[in-house]
Amino acid sequence: MTCDAIAIEGGHLVDPVAGVDAPRDLLLQDGKVFAVDKPGAFRSADVARRIDARGCWVVPGLIDLHCHLREPGYEYKETVASGTAAAVAGGFTAVACMANTNPVNDSAAVTRFILERAAEAALARVYPIGALSQGLAGERLAEIGEMRAAGIVAVSDDGNPVADAGLMRHALEYCAMFDIPIIDHAEDPGLAGGSMHEGRTSIRLGLRGIPAAAEEVMVSRDIALAELTGSRLHVAHASTRGTVELVRAAKARGVRVTAEATPHHFTLTDEAVAEYDGNAKMNPPLRGGNDREALVAGLADATIDAIATDHAPHHRDEKEVEFEHAAFGIVGLETALPLSLGLVERRLLTPSDWVRRLSSRPAEILGVPGGNLRPGAIADVTVVSPAAEWRVETGRLKSKSKNSPFLGWKMKGRASFTLVGGRVVHEGVER
Amino acid sequence: MPFTQRHLLGLEGLAAEEILHVLDTAKSFVEISERDIKKVPTLRGKTIINLFYENSTRTRTSFEIAAKRLSADTINISASSSSAQKGETLADTARNLEAMRPDAIVVRHPSSGAPHVLARAVSRPVINAGDGQHEHPTQALLDLFTIREKKGRIAGLDVAIVGDILHSRVARSNLFGLCALGAKVRLVGPPTLLPAEFASFGVAIHHELKAGITGADVIMMLRIQRERQGANFFPSLDEYSRLFGLDRAALTAAKPDVVILHPGPMNRGVEISSEVADGPYSLILDQVTNGVAVRMALLYLLAARGRTEAERDAEERAAS
Repeated sequence: MTCDAIAIEGGHLVDPVAGVDAPRDLLLQDGKVFAVDKPGAFRSADVARRIDARGCWVVPGLIDLHCHLREPGYEYKETVASGTAAAVAGGFTAVACMANTNPVNDSAAVTRFILERAAEAALARVYPIGALSQGLAGERLAEIGEMRAAGIVAVSDDGNPVADAGLMRHALEYCAMFDIPIIDHAEDPGLAGGSMHEGRTSIRLGLRGIPAAAEEVMVSRDIALAELTGSRLHVAHASTRGTVELVRAAKARGVRVTAEATPHHFTLTDEAVAEYDGNAKMNPPLRGGNDREALVAGLADATIDAIATDHAPHHRDEKEVEFEHAAFGIVGLETALPLSLGLVERRLLTPSDWVRRLSSRPAEILGVPGGNLRPGAIADVTVVSPAAEWRVETGRLKSKSKNSPFLGWKMKGRASFTLVGGRVVHEGVER
Repeated sequence: MPFTQRHLLGLEGLAAEEILHVLDTAKSFVEISERDIKKVPTLRGKTIINLFYENSTRTRTSFEIAAKRLSADTINISASSSSAQKGETLADTARNLEAMRPDAIVVRHPSSGAPHVLARAVSRPVINAGDGQHEHPTQALLDLFTIREKKGRIAGLDVAIVGDILHSRVARSNLFGLCALGAKVRLVGPPTLLPAEFASFGVAIHHELKAGITGADVIMMLRIQRERQGANFFPSLDEYSRLFGLDRAALTAAKPDVVILHPGPMNRGVEISSEVADGPYSLILDQVTNGVAVRMALLYLLAARGRTEAERDAEERAAS
């Protein structure tokens, strides 16, 4: 054995791709999974480090399909370094970052810049997502082929809906050439413009609402376009019952559509806005109780393929203002693991389902390595302490921004160890 | 039950007893405005800041007169002269004002929830003088006061609120206040301006004026804003007026002793005809008169109260 070998021993391995949900030890070497075997099998192996995973789940590293690292341009909110520090603390070994930086990631030069910053400063793997349109303006296609060659894994105008159906159609057709998905921020511009979900709470607070139909109209259109073009559509941050039903029906027809949901959408409802809490403002907004239940059901029956964070850091000054002027978005990388484990605890997901939603399916959708721990796979591993309890406090969040509606919440479950390429990049203290 | 709120941000959630306490207190202040010398020393040495981010004649004047009749010093700050134009945040403005030790801050703001931002930033009492499309609690309190003066009670009355309910802070505050005091509330307006979710607050919804005001004891007409026409909430003011304008003919559906309220400013000939506005059922000017007494009561209840120990500690910490 070489000296950088690591043994993870005593844990419970959950690898849905390999079909394993059993006590197994893991031997990592040269950045790869070297062997998976019965407990104790590597007791006499010559390794540089042994990780005691007793009481823990050992799972393929979590992959976040959807986050905002804010670099370049908004380094006061987050950087590649701080965002990936938050990622690994939250158990994520890879993140796909959206293009709404400044400048926008709509060219190979910006893609390369992000990847260079990642090579210098990132603790997790960083997969840039390219803009669909130049400047996210929704008018002309960005140079998707150039960006693909530079390393993008998907295309999205996230943050801005693609209003022009013709542009969306061409983007879908064009991307088929590279076999990368279009990640759809579905929101009809004519129905947008509000600052929270349209419903009883928006009425009570006198805030302009964003109806569920704003999302459903667009999901409906884009599913039709995916069907027309035969291309891959990935619905970002599904938030409504109608979206879940549209995706379920489209999948049944064989449309190449996948979908993600965020922990905040399947955990909270619009009532969390309470008395104008800017940390409960995001787009799409927190929806009603029926929507939340539909998302959970969609995750349980795999209509929703993945759990993604939509980690959207914003400075406190952008949140402590009048609600309608507060920035959209919340941080999520460090709370996604416990919030989603709650679905396992409530027996809505099996541990294998949970790993599928947070690792295996994201890897498949983005076409990136990881998502399994079979011998030869990259050694991206998360050691999860499902019973560890902790409280969300600004002081312990690694993200530069603390805009979370979960501040003060008691969480159950955390990443005890996060390994990227066989290297320990995060060690939690508590078990 | 005494009035124990630290701020007056809205009527939602207030107990009937608290609202009645404000109305009773207001009643005791009415007489001051009838005197030859309209001044009492109740708030002498107190400072009230009127922070207005939105134009207002009636409400600002009413608050200012109320404060002056109680001998408080008042400062009016309007958005055009404030730091808002220099990019200062609301919370920073609030902290700066608080550093000058006012005894209450009255705020009007075009954004719903702005008084909540202010109240989180300062320790002194904040009085909401109208925030966006959320609440206008002092308007509703003066409406309740006026109704009670005329009808002797609120409980059991049939009250119709007519017009642009969706965008109306007056409608929301009245809805919460009237329901708390046991009135039966109907909301009347086109579906574009009266979403079905309003029914979840325990009120009846009507999209036809006549049905909505049939048998009503009180009709509260809301101002229709011209800019709603451009946003396609209705096709034209003419059509709106034909469907929801209150004239003498429509009024026959209500109870014979119906009273009419309007928070002002009125669009004569649009939501209300002049003969109704100036007619015998109209309480529109009584509302304005009573507004002073109600605001005196609130300033008294909130600003006369000394600083609590916690507030004093917070101020000392901030000063050191």
